[in-house]
Amino acid sequence: MLNFMKQNTKLISKKDTTKTLGNFLLLMTLLVSLNVSAQNDDFELELLHVQGNVYLVAGGGGNTALLVGEQGVLVVDTKLKAASDELIALIEENFDVPIHWIVNTHGHLDHIGGNAEVAAAGNILGSSNSGGRAVTDPAEIYAHIEVMIPLVTADEVDLDAVPGNTYTAGSMEFYANGESVQLIHQPAAHTRGDSLVFFRQSNVLVAGDIFTIQRYPFIDVANGGSVRGLIDALNNMLTIIIPNTNQQGGTYVIPGHGRITDEYEVVNYRDMLTIIYERIEDAIARGLSLEEVKTARLSREYDPLYGSDTGFWTSEQFIETIYAELSQ
Amino acid sequence: MDLKKLLFCLLIYSVMSCEVIAQVDIAGPWGTRRHEDDVERGGGPEVGDYTGLPITDAARFQADTWTATKWSVLEHQCEPHPADYGPSFSSMLIYRDINESTWQTNAYKLVMGWMTPIRTIWLDGRPHPSEYAPHTWQGFSTGVWHGDMLVVTTTHIKEGWTRRNGLQRSDQATLTEYFMRNGNILTWVSIIDDPIYLTEPLIRSRDFEIELGYQMIPYDCSYRDEVGLAPDFVPHILPGQNEYLTEFSERYNIPFEATRGGAESTYPEYMNVIKELSE
Repeated sequence: MLNFMKQNTKLISKKDTTKTLGNFLLLMTLLVSLNVSAQNDDFELELLHVQGNVYLVAGGGGNTALLVGEQGVLVVDTKLKAASDELIALIEENFDVPIHWIVNTHGHLDHIGGNAEVAAAGNILGSSNSGGRAVTDPAEIYAHIEVMIPLVTADEVDLDAVPGNTYTAGSMEFYANGESVQLIHQPAAHTRGDSLVFFRQSNVLVAGDIFTIQRYPFIDVANGGSVRGLIDALNNMLTIIIPNTNQQGGTYVIPGHGRITDEYEVVNYRDMLTIIYERIEDAIARGLSLEEVKTARLSREYDPLYGSDTGFWTSEQFIETIYAELSQ
Repeated sequence: MDLKKLLFCLLIYSVMSCEVIAQVDIAGPWGTRRHEDDVERGGGPEVGDYTGLPITDAARFQADTWTATKWSVLEHQCEPHPADYGPSFSSMLIYRDINESTWQTNAYKLVMGWMTPIRTIWLDGRPHPSEYAPHTWQGFSTGVWHGDMLVVTTTHIKEGWTRRNGLQRSDQATLTEYFMRNGNILTWVSIIDDPIYLTEPLIRSRDFEIELGYQMIPYDCSYRDEVGLAPDFVPHILPGQNEYLTEFSERYNIPFEATRGGAESTYPEYMNVIKELSE
């Protein structure tokens, strides 16, 4: 696994590595407080069946999706490190099959914090072409390569937490539990390394933090995110999702945080982001300064739903980010 | 036990019994009667008509920038009316879901004539779902009998609309309803509490009359692009540029300020304000 990572690390230039590392450290500073402050907490996780073979585990950081079948459990996102014991216990209590696969939607600590622990609790799916790997090895971790790079270039590398199965093309596909699993890269959205995870037979799409129904999207500009890219990603999601009768059900969507949704909520979220973006674009074209845009409260109908005056991502930061991107 | 205590106990028992025993049955085909809901029918309310609605500034701003072109967007074309707006719009069929072992009514099923969304009102005392459960157009409803009145509480409703002119109702709203049957008349009172887009509860009543010949018509909506919109097109009007906002005020000679809604405009005293504004 290490050789594989080293090989992939060579794909980026030294300049890119330095920039990526700097951005990663900034993000760690931002998110590690969330992780540390939560370490002494007991997390109450909640398991909900979504449809088909897919479940949601809510609480303890970002949402976790589980694909469960006769072969084993596939875990999409492993929550905060401090919640990993509860996550493993929940899986073991409810499903009598081992954890074989882990998928990361992106590289933030509230989604990959438990990678090492969850991988160690499972094991690799044994097969005749497993390349000499022992079936006692940890479960395999899949992600876009941009999730792996900051982890292996950090000062302290926890190799057990690093995705070893990465991809650089537009998508990655494999079979698990008789179900086709697609990781579809969304460049420059929430981060530069976002993957949508689509379980085709169960008809469930896992969005990661591209879609967070409880708050304005966090655009991690320092790690390659962009508002335009996130709008594009939401529109890409709409090409995958097919609703059932009367615009509900059909393809279900698990957001990065919050409840189970379907196309309607994704459309509303896309509409919200596009409308605010185009209002600010118009304001800039009319020569309004950032302060004038803030005073105009151009997101005022959405602020009570998605906004926050406190925390690490406020409504003001959201507006500032859009303004900065459109001013470039 | 003396007679007074016995009578008191009987009184308490009778009141408690009324909580759980239905005295009437609301099942049947119900024809809508266009009374106070007439403005919501057909083409719907006019742009900019927010009169008498306790809306927030956020709701007003959203409606001011709304455009009916929204309904040309593929993903919006097949949206049915949500549980709180459906009764404003069409006739309906209510039928009982019976447990064939106990012959008790598990639930009422309620189907609106427009787009035939099926709603379930559970009567078996089950709890409402987790906050992480999906929201639906009809939400999750539980009902209890208070004498002859069925009281229904609904949560988990998808974001919808207070009026079809851009006034939104959020997905955080709770709907409380009172179904009262008097012979062949069904009165349906609904109260919406929405912490996002309403400053006070919005109370509406609708009347239906039994209509024995009423037949549901299957409705299978499939969306299609007939005008060539780009897939990522999101219709909206930029703030301050909605030229239609004053049409309602001008057509009915109502002061523009009085068309803007707000809790104060829901009370009779507001007539005096309108008079002052008109002078």
